[in-house]
Amino acid sequence: MSAPSSTSLQETEASGGVCNADEHDSVAEIDASCRWPLLLLFTSGILWLVLGTVLALIAAIKLHKGDFLADTSWLTLGRIRPASMNAVLYGFSSQVGIGVALWLMCRLGHVKLAFQWPVIVAWKLWNAAVTIGVVAILAGATTGFEWLEMPRGVAGMLFVAYALFGISLVATFAMRRESEVFPSQWYLLAAAFWFPWIYSAASYLLIVDPVRGALQASISGWFTGNLVTLWLTPIGLAGIFYFLPRLSGQPLHSRELASFGFWVLLFVGNFGGLTGLIGGPVPKWMPAVSTAANVCLLVAVISNAWNWRETCRASCTTSHRNAWKTDSVLRFIFFGAFAYLVHGVIAALMSMPTVASVTNFTYAVVARNNLVLHGFVGMVLFGCLYYIIPRLVQVNWPSESSIRAHFLCSAIGVLLLSLGLGIGGVLQGLKLANASVPFMDVVRGTVPFVGLSTLGVLLLLIGQLLFLSNYLKLLRAFAEPMVRAVCSVCCGCGSTAKPGVRS
Amino acid sequence: MNNGLLLFFGIFLSLGGSFWALLLAPQVQIGRAQPVVLETTGETYPAPRSGLAQQGADIYRAQGCVECHSQQVRQSGVNFEVWLADSGSAWPQLAATMDRLKISDADKFITQAPVKILGGLTMLEASGIASQLTNGEAKASVVLATLGPDIQRGWGKRATVTQDYLYDNPVQLGSLRIGPDLSNYGTRAVPAALALQHLYSPQSTMPKSMMPPYRYLFNKRQIAEGQKRAANALPATVEPGYEITPTPEAEALVAYLMSLNASASLAEAPVPAPPVKSAIAAPAAPAP
Repeated sequence: MSAPSSTSLQETEASGGVCNADEHDSVAEIDASCRWPLLLLFTSGILWLVLGTVLALIAAIKLHKGDFLADTSWLTLGRIRPASMNAVLYGFSSQVGIGVALWLMCRLGHVKLAFQWPVIVAWKLWNAAVTIGVVAILAGATTGFEWLEMPRGVAGMLFVAYALFGISLVATFAMRRESEVFPSQWYLLAAAFWFPWIYSAASYLLIVDPVRGALQASISGWFTGNLVTLWLTPIGLAGIFYFLPRLSGQPLHSRELASFGFWVLLFVGNFGGLTGLIGGPVPKWMPAVSTAANVCLLVAVISNAWNWRETCRASCTTSHRNAWKTDSVLRFIFFGAFAYLVHGVIAALMSMPTVASVTNFTYAVVARNNLVLHGFVGMVLFGCLYYIIPRLVQVNWPSESSIRAHFLCSAIGVLLLSLGLGIGGVLQGLKLANASVPFMDVVRGTVPFVGLSTLGVLLLLIGQLLFLSNYLKLLRAFAEPMVRAVCSVCCGCGSTAKPGVRS
Repeated sequence: MNNGLLLFFGIFLSLGGSFWALLLAPQVQIGRAQPVVLETTGETYPAPRSGLAQQGADIYRAQGCVECHSQQVRQSGVNFEVWLADSGSAWPQLAATMDRLKISDADKFITQAPVKILGGLTMLEASGIASQLTNGEAKASVVLATLGPDIQRGWGKRATVTQDYLYDNPVQLGSLRIGPDLSNYGTRAVPAALALQHLYSPQSTMPKSMMPPYRYLFNKRQIAEGQKRAANALPATVEPGYEITPTPEAEALVAYLMSLNASASLAEAPVPAPPVKSAIAAPAAPAP
């Protein structure tokens, strides 16, 4: 048997080997319980991603040609960039991340999704909030704090919506029927508590009752750092820890190593956000703590990577040996895992004061953010989507080649984006550090690299559109029997409702 | 780690750790800062912004200027210079001392005082040399020099520190420099009209600028030959045949930019103060 791709439904569900279908909900029942809430989350998440990428593309063009769309205040560069970031962070990464987290909690606990209706209410509230927030940013009502630009009322809506998601997530965990708690669940539980903490604390201290002066900058750094390190990263890691062993057909190499990496991330990672303030107007110990934290965090990154490597190596002797060549999900997950490793190393490097004095204030910081958002979290989430969605609707992906094209576009897109901006940023930093180079030449020198990144954004967009079209076709195939049934009930014309569509 | 409750407590502990270390401790240290009285001028620093400049801060935030412009000057360190403040009257003696200290061009320095003689020294070296040169009427002084590319580029005379941002809300430090740092825009003596023109058409004042134009902050009106222009209109050459007047938003924004000034000398961030002729004469008089 050639290993079937996990994007299709043929893969044997029992390969995890821990499911005793008798006493638990069957896998199909669990998936069915997730169906509607998750489809809603995933659909709107993808639409936000496409919108965010389109905005990023406009912003990238404006960085070549300042005159482009310059007469509309709504489309000025300073509004489009944060709008794009917020659409991707809250619309896509967080939303799809929550969906994936709910599904993983259900699957790993062998239990149906708890509180399905609140999740749907939360979905409405969340998307209303992100919509108002992005429109408000474009209208100029930004708060001016990085990644927290959405105005005060929206922050409240997002928080309430998240509370409903979080209750469902934690309740699903609490009702688990599996006695063993898998590493993915540790990470998801941590994320479930960390997000409301950082989001509410930062919103309160920056927007509702602002602290004074430079303290705002340190809290803003604390928030942006932790949004990545303890909200998006744990969700991405949960995906990798679940799918890597599952799809390579091997148990996880070492649970102890995973536990070590988890606690290091939890207790050390949260101090890593202030590297942007190295040399800045805050007491020196604050960025110094972040530098130390990011270097220590490298231990967790390497232990996780080692764990995954050993897991995959063990699978080399089995029939799953070349799984990644045929399995699209695994390919996305692999790319994400690799991006996680590279990002960890780069983040540690860029928090060294000598390196930071060059890379801070340059495109290198943007490159690092793109690497973690699109390279690590984005790719892992897409891998999860390719696995989860067919199981929710019991319909296979219409086009396997479209999935491969999506992977190729995304992978090259991420590489162009990160490498282009990364190299351009380092050169920009070296020139900035040399006061004999006129500032105008420094900025002009970045243009070719911004060009590379624009190409990268374009490729990302193409990949996302491929996903979207594939997804819509899948939804149509899923909805068709229902539409027919409804038609046949209503007017008795079901058999001829859509002649020739399904041949 | 199969115990959900234990897991929860671990997570809760990590939340607490981050609260104590990165929220509470900084709040205790810098969150309660108060304006200080400057020793040099007796004014309180920072001074609150004027109403118009405060409105301009909102325009700055709403346009997202922070996406391309930083507002913080970084300093890589300090070193010390020796300045000959006053060469006195015993020039040959001074020249001999300078020769002994292996300072070339002694004659030139002596005639040009106050002048910088040596740079890049430690405090100890600089004060050693200065004390040897200070003899009779000849006076040499040690002057602090701030270092770093930001300062060399003229973005500021010293690093910006916590005190500078006391009245900013939101604090717009910025994380990307596609445009120059603005923390000391107000000290650059750019005329308001030029700043407005730069906002309307950046390339007209700086040909290679990458800045997007902010034409939507201006009113544009066709104007007949010889018709009188509004008092605040941009120069006729910006767009011939049209009268471009700034909206109140644009004027507020420029007022805000002009208010950006982090050049006061603070105890934690002194500004280099080389001796000048008049300043030397005053304290020298009552000495005998």
